[in-house]
Amino acid sequence: MVIGIAFWVLAGVAVAAGAAVFVVDSMARATYALAVSFIAVGLQILLLQQSYLGLITILMMVMEMAVMAVYMVMFMGMNPALMPMDMTHGKKTAIGASVGVFVLLAGGALLIPWPTRRGGPPEDLTHALGLEIMGEKMLVMAVVGPVMVATIVAGVVLAAHRTRYDRLGDDLRRRPADDPQSGGVGR
Amino acid sequence: MPEDAVVVVPAVWAVLAGVILCGLAFFAVALDAVLSARAQGVGGGWVTPLSRTARLLRQRRRKTVAADTLLWRVGGVGMFIGAFLMVAVIPLGKWTLADLDVGVVWFNAVDVVVWALVWLVGWGANSTHSLVGGYRFLAHGVAYELPLMFALAAPAIAAGSLAAGEVAAAQEGLWFVVWMPAAFVIFLIGVMGFSVWGPFAPALSADIAGGVRAELSAVDRLIFQAGRYMFLAAGAAFSVPLFLGGGAGPWLPGWAWVLVKALAVLTVLVWLRRKVPLARPDRFMEIGWGILLPAAVVQDLVVSLIVVWGG
Repeated sequence: MVIGIAFWVLAGVAVAAGAAVFVVDSMARATYALAVSFIAVGLQILLLQQSYLGLITILMMVMEMAVMAVYMVMFMGMNPALMPMDMTHGKKTAIGASVGVFVLLAGGALLIPWPTRRGGPPEDLTHALGLEIMGEKMLVMAVVGPVMVATIVAGVVLAAHRTRYDRLGDDLRRRPADDPQSGGVGR
Repeated sequence: MPEDAVVVVPAVWAVLAGVILCGLAFFAVALDAVLSARAQGVGGGWVTPLSRTARLLRQRRRKTVAADTLLWRVGGVGMFIGAFLMVAVIPLGKWTLADLDVGVVWFNAVDVVVWALVWLVGWGANSTHSLVGGYRFLAHGVAYELPLMFALAAPAIAAGSLAAGEVAAAQEGLWFVVWMPAAFVIFLIGVMGFSVWGPFAPALSADIAGGVRAELSAVDRLIFQAGRYMFLAAGAAFSVPLFLGGGAGPWLPGWAWVLVKALAVLTVLVWLRRKVPLARPDRFMEIGWGILLPAAVVQDLVVSLIVVWGG
């Protein structure tokens, strides 16, 4: 009963905070409205007794939103941080697409013949989850990790306008490197 | 895994946990004031927390133009509440408020929320200096958080559990601090990080007129400052089940040992403030990612190898 009420209250908070993202007129409020929405979803996952997944959702999303707020404020051309702004654009297309997707997903959820539950939840859910992700699919995980890191590094290398030749000179022998911003180690 | 590593106490005991946390924070403020007074060649300082609280409670609230009051208050109040959430999973001897099976992740999730809270306090005032402070804190966060996460993993790997009580119970005979010194040091650096303390105080420093708390006044300033000290105390207390054997120790009962160890760690952290220089966010980035993160990963590898081969 209590869990049921909590679930629906959190669901309401999640949807309302998600809608608030498009209603509020400040970049910081929009970002943290989204964070509140994610936290509510994370708490719902906690209610489903998936403690690890719930807490990781909250952890990752709050971290992400904290960083995203900085970039949103920094990069948005009209400087919406300092003057009222509107999060929406391309309204007709966006409303059409979102209503369509909602009807599709909600219809699917209502009309699909849901399978009945087979077996019970394992004793230690976190342990079972770890085995599920890292057991049989270890090879996939071991490959995906380095590929993701390589992608990030390659992306940064391609995006940065300074190369190693700018840092270390044409023969790569300049020490210490010529950096616009000094690091914390050895210089 | 021992079955009864911890006993869950009724929720009403949360009041006692809160009182203990406030007591530890009070001690931290007083100790810092005493050390400050001594550095200036005068005595006293033990009643400073009371006089400071009284002064801030009487102060009139300062207002700024076009402040985002909602976000500003959320940040301050969140700092105050966050530390209480953190101590909920710390076992006091054999008692705990919540025997969460993923207590270590809980701790981590709460400390990440501080990223948002400190930045919100910096943002809400609509003041340049406090916003600069908020950015400084996030830059520090990017540098300390990942090493902290990997440092938290080491005791969990060794104990084979993410529950704080079981991590403490797994240290019978040999405390984790002995064979995970790197993880312990990085953990303490992380604690100072999310408390905006010591080397991580540039977000609050005088060169930007007080940074995040530049425009904070009266009760807002009180709860923000109290929250910082309580986070410092909660972080110090969490090092006890993670690295310092929980309630293990001769003569005294378990709960007393937890408090003694937490006080000792807290004392060191407070003392360190005037021994370690401020870490510039841009420079600390390289220390965090170039030294601390590899050290934490190597520490995790060593622990994993010992666990796999040593049984």
